[in-house]
Order: sequence, then structure tokens, then C-alpha cells
Amino acid sequence: MSAFWSAWVTVITLAVILGCTWLLLATRKSQPHQEQTEETLGHEFDGIAEYDNPLPKWWFQMFLGTVIFGLGYLALYPGLGNFQGLLGWTSAGQWEEEMAHAEEAYKPLFAKYAALSIEDLQKPENETGLKMGQRMFANNCSVCHGSAGTGAYGFPNLTDKDWLYGGDPATIKTTITGGRQGAMPAWGAVLGEDGVRDVANYVLSLSKREGIDTEASARGQTQFQALCAACHGANGTGTQALGAPNLTDNTWLYGGSFEQVTHTIRNGRAGVMPAHKDLLSTDKIQLIAAYVYSLSQK
Amino acid sequence: MIKHETIEKNIGLMILLIIIVISGGGLAEIVPLFFQSATTKPIEGLRTYTALELEGRDIYIREGCHVCHTQMIRPFRAETERYGHYSTANEDVWEHPFLWGSKRTGPDLARVGGRYSDDWHRAHLYNPRDVVPESKMPSYPWLFENKLSGQDTATKMATLKKLGVPYTDEQMASARDEVEGKYEIEALVTYLQSLGKLHSVYNNKR
Repeated sequence: MSAFWSAWVTVITLAVILGCTWLLLATRKSQPHQEQTEETLGHEFDGIAEYDNPLPKWWFQMFLGTVIFGLGYLALYPGLGNFQGLLGWTSAGQWEEEMAHAEEAYKPLFAKYAALSIEDLQKPENETGLKMGQRMFANNCSVCHGSAGTGAYGFPNLTDKDWLYGGDPATIKTTITGGRQGAMPAWGAVLGEDGVRDVANYVLSLSKREGIDTEASARGQTQFQALCAACHGANGTGTQALGAPNLTDNTWLYGGSFEQVTHTIRNGRAGVMPAHKDLLSTDKIQLIAAYVYSLSQK
Repeated sequence: MIKHETIEKNIGLMILLIIIVISGGGLAEIVPLFFQSATTKPIEGLRTYTALELEGRDIYIREGCHVCHTQMIRPFRAETERYGHYSTANEDVWEHPFLWGSKRTGPDLARVGGRYSDDWHRAHLYNPRDVVPESKMPSYPWLFENKLSGQDTATKMATLKKLGVPYTDEQMASARDEVEGKYEIEALVTYLQSLGKLHSVYNNKR
């Protein structure tokens, strides 16, 4: 702050405080008497008259008290332009102090768990680490995956053993750190509406769905082998390296009804898991990964 | 010596004295901020909102998002652990009006960009309870029906330019094309994904 603005703030602040004090004292002094009396100001409306008394003592003293408090505050804390206050307090400084305290308290704890493998973190003696992971999951992951990790439409269930990209500890960590970008192309234009229905029939036949149109399914199989097998595999069991789901089980990320499956084939899907490498420290990712891993180990 | 009675019986004088007293606070606390580099100089590398983000911001204001969501992370560990680096004034130099808010029914959104996928935002705005069962946020299904015309986008940019936001002529010229025909939901999600992403000075690792 320039010297001008520093002086500006200082002068106005002190002038207002001192001005209020002067007003308080001046009006008290000009009062004809200092004691409480029965004397009135002499006017009367509807039988109501007004006493001509000075401010009650408690009120007067409280006002003086606020003035003293204000001046004391301005001496201790920054408030008068460039004057930093006798305590040297800043809001950023207070935050840094808070962070340093937390670092001191939690660093050894995080370091202890960072040195362990995710498998070791599952052991009962490391329960605290998993609980920390659970808290951080609740803060960072539950918004999409649900507070119990059971997922929602379009957001994978983490408590089953059905994994898009793999459920081993290292892969879970990779997924959290770097995120994932699903990329199922839209086949509506390529297949046409009839083709989409044929492929949907075939896809649903893979999980032994009842009421499949077998003729359509047979036509769909040919298309599936030509267009879908590259990612989902020749027998539809999926490819974790590509995040292509297994179509032979009954777990559906975007719904398993005939309508939902045709919608997926027609329009494609592009589910995104955001990368967390810029949001969470590696120590935290370690504990969250350990917690996510534990969900499917029960 | 001025008498209490004199002030009480001259309403003009009383108004004048009241104005002098209450303007003290504004003169000392607000006026200097218009002239400080900390509040008038944008943070390094700050970019302006794109046309679509700008329209999204106006939808954010129209739907009153700022009534329940703040965009102001205070310098407390409890906040920075959850939301990222605390907010600073130089990040909001080009915000007209600023959307700091004053009440959090929902979480702070100052750095929400990139935290959730576009799909999540769409599902959440269509019906928050589809993804967060305990949510009490209203649904905004009409954002999926209303389309933007882009008619006023360039004018909005020109107005912001008058207020000091450095929009270029190219940005204004292409504004309409970038916006026209897009659904409101696209604009709003684009805006939300830009929050906290307009510069990369702060480390938001928690």
C-alpha cells in the first residue's frame, strides 16, 4: 500500500473513532445536569413526555469500552494502513501455521502407511489407515461412486469384483492418479436402426437374457465380430486394458434393459474418471486406493 | 458547542452528520481497494471466459446458484483441504459481478473445475438425487431443453471490455457462432469446468 493510502486509512480510521468519542463527551458535557432527574424536555404528545437526562452510566461506559477495545485491536492487529500490528498477524500466516501443525501431526502417520503395500494395509493392525482412506473417499470420491462405493448409473460400483480397468492395487492407484477416459464410439450411423437392434439382441444373449430374438441375434453376432470384438473380445468378455466392459455378466454401467443397451450402441459412451494427481498427494491416493481395494475384498 | 437539541431538531444537519459518520467505514475500508495492485492487477496467466463459459456464467447467475454456493475459499485448513488453495482477490479482477456468495448450503465451487466429469455434472443438474441421494439441491431439467441464441454474447463481452476485461475483437466476432444453438446445460457445465482453471498459479493438491 502506498504511503498516501496508508495515511488515508490511518487518518480516517482514527478520526472516526476519536470523532465518535468527542461526540459522546461533548453531548454529555452540554447536558444541563449530570444526574437523573424528573425534569422533562417540556414537550408532550398524547400524554407522553420525555425526560431530559444524560445517557445512562452503563451505556456511556460501554461506549467508552468499545473505543478502548477498538484502539487496542488496532494496536495489535493490522488495521491502520501499512502498520502490521504488534502481533504480526496475517490471515495467510495463520493458515500456514495451521498447515504446519497438521503436517507435524499427520506426516509420520502418512509416511508409515505410504511405506506399506496396499495388500499390507488390509491387515487388521493397519485399520486406522483404511479408516483414513474411507474418510478421504467420502470427501473426494463418494459424489460419483456413492458413500458406500456402490456407484450409480454411469458411475461404477466399486464393491463388486467386476472391474472395467482392473481391480488389482496397482491398477486402482493408476486409475485414481491418472483418471480414465472411456471411449465407446457411436454405432448408430454405421449399423442403422435395425443393425443396432440386432447387435443389442446378440449382446443381451451373451448374458443369457430371456426373450431374445434369435434370428436378430445371429445377424448381430456377425456385426459384433466385425465391429465390437476388437474391444469387447470375440466372446464379449471385455478387455481391461481398454476399459471395455465384460458383456457376458449381468453388471451394466449404463443399464441392461433392451432400450438402454440399444441407446449405448447407437450413441456410444464416454465416461470420464477425473485424474487426481493434481488434486491429491500420493500418500492420500495410496490410502484411498487401499480403501477402494478393501471394498471388493469382503 | 453544538447541542443535542440542535441536531435533533434540524433533520438536514442530522442527515449530514450521519452520512459523515457512516461514510468513514467505506472511505477507509472500500475506497483504497480500488487503487491497490493486489485487487486490481490480475493474477499471472489469467484468461478470460470463452463465449460459452460466459453464457454459462449468466445461467449460473439466473438460476441463483450463488445463493447456495460460494466461490470463495477462506484461508483455513478445513477449507483448503477440501477445496484447494484459498481464493485471492487477484483471481477475481475480471469478475463482474463477483460471485463470492455469502452462504453455503452446497459446497464451495471456486475450484470445482475438473473435479467431476461432464457426465456427472449433467446427471447432477438434471436430478441431483440420481448421483447424490442425500442432496437437497433443486433439479434444473429445463437447461436440457432451452437453447442459446448467442444474440447478446458479443454485446456482453463489449460491456465487460468497458469494465476492463481484455476481450479481443476476434473473441467478440466469433462469440455468436460459439454459442448459437447450444443447450443451456452445455454452457453451464463448460462454465463450471472452468472454475479454478482460468490460471495455473496455485497448487491445489490437498
